[in-house]
Amino acid sequence: MSARIFKARHAMGPTVRGIALVASDGFSARYDLDRIKGIFSRPSHKLAGQSYVGKILVLDTAKGGVATAWMLHDMKARGIVPLALVLNSVNPILAQGAALGDVAMLAGFDEDITAAVASGAEVEVDPSQGLLRVTE
Amino acid sequence: MKLNDEERDMLAGKAGPLPQRALRHQIKVGDFFGAADFVPVTQAHVMADTESLGEAGVQWLEGLAAATSGQRRVRIATITDPRGTDFAKAHVLGHTQAILDLERRAIAALEKLGVAMTNTCINYQTIQAPTRNEHAAFGDTGVVIYANSVCGARSNFEGGPSALSAGITGRTPRYGFHLADQRRGTLRIQVDHTPTALNGWGALGGVIGRIAGNYWAVPVIEGIEGAPRSDQLKHFGAAMASFGSIALFHLVGLTPEAERLADVAAGNLPLHRVTRADLEALQKAYHTDNHVDVVVFSAPQLSLYELGELAALCDGMRFSVPLLAVTSPQVKSDADRMGYTARIEAAGGSVLSGMCFYQSYAREISEAQGWKRLATNSAKLVNILAGYGYRPMLASMEVCVEAAISGRLERI
Repeated sequence: MSARIFKARHAMGPTVRGIALVASDGFSARYDLDRIKGIFSRPSHKLAGQSYVGKILVLDTAKGGVATAWMLHDMKARGIVPLALVLNSVNPILAQGAALGDVAMLAGFDEDITAAVASGAEVEVDPSQGLLRVTE
Repeated sequence: MKLNDEERDMLAGKAGPLPQRALRHQIKVGDFFGAADFVPVTQAHVMADTESLGEAGVQWLEGLAAATSGQRRVRIATITDPRGTDFAKAHVLGHTQAILDLERRAIAALEKLGVAMTNTCINYQTIQAPTRNEHAAFGDTGVVIYANSVCGARSNFEGGPSALSAGITGRTPRYGFHLADQRRGTLRIQVDHTPTALNGWGALGGVIGRIAGNYWAVPVIEGIEGAPRSDQLKHFGAAMASFGSIALFHLVGLTPEAERLADVAAGNLPLHRVTRADLEALQKAYHTDNHVDVVVFSAPQLSLYELGELAALCDGMRFSVPLLAVTSPQVKSDADRMGYTARIEAAGGSVLSGMCFYQSYAREISEAQGWKRLATNSAKLVNILAGYGYRPMLASMEVCVEAAISGRLERI
């Protein structure tokens, strides 16, 4: 089985493997999620209505406010957290939230990562190497 | 990251477990962004509403506050963003005892850590505005963008855990907007229309935020007529930060780092034009209903001037739907003293303090009170609330007050 590999400039957290949920859209736990039901709840979000729980989210950039810095930690404690976040770019809030919640994160690629990975693909996030591996 | 002797001692636990834990968190973030070292900060501003913290976050705070050795309190001025409720008006919001109990636990832990419970997102108007080149660790995106852009201070978005860590260690990783190179413009915006009302300024900020699009973008804006007031730039910046995750803008000829375009921008930056039609289109897109369930003035908290304007609009009126006006504890006591609170509440409104609507369990409020169709003059608030199940609508303060009287929003 072949794999495509993408190198990220920024990385943190544990190595994880899972199913990618991909959209050319942003991410904010406060703005976009129903953190009770574990779904994207913002009607205009391209993943509206879909569950994010246990998924490796592949999205464009961080949006909005500072709450995500706390929310990833709380979502993890309640078992309704994404498995990892993979983004073209992040803001400090997402990085701070991933650091507190120990959530795997990659950011900063040489190409648009939301166009390079298909929803439903099996992927491995390896922050120790700064790599995203996509199983074909 | 390169650490000095004091930081190495902190990391080794010589100052106790509290600064050790805080510095470890900061190093994770600093390493992620390639920070070379730490920069001392003078103030920290902690966003820590319990809707965001949850039980896990409150336990995390309580764990920090339980330290029994070494440094047990913050070492620089450290203040708080709005809380998750106004205890005196919790019944207006339908907040449950569980919400109030969790808030009380968070407050107790923060107080034990030496944090001053200012509970405000307009600290630059009420507590102490930072000065040019002052390095700070501010939470709340509206505070950061105002401090960076209008005051010329230097801060990144610091979420609650990182801002509190900065309060404990007195420093923050030196990356992003602490660095001069990151503060130069990345795109130019030519504005063809200067708004007057606060919702118009918010709409302008929202349009520019959408164009700029990510945290590392720095819009350089030309074409603003006259000198905007603090409240106008408050709504402008808060909306830009909300719609675009933007932390710094320059207004050529107005803000301190951009006396001339060449001070902050190279000549070949991409240029975007923003017209009055763009602002109207943003506002019209939110006008999805002619009926309203509630009117909310919040996000950011209202200044004394805004409450004075609102009180004047409320005189002699009687509301048919709830109207909430949210401010800081400091401004609330002034508004009480000057009679603004009484005038707004005589019309049937409620003046709340120390919270901000979207940070105060907005989803639970909607479910408890049956509020879905919400009118506000805050572009930031309409941008946030759709994800909480609301149908938010953006209009001027005057039109929102009319809507509170009639229950209908016929214009924006």
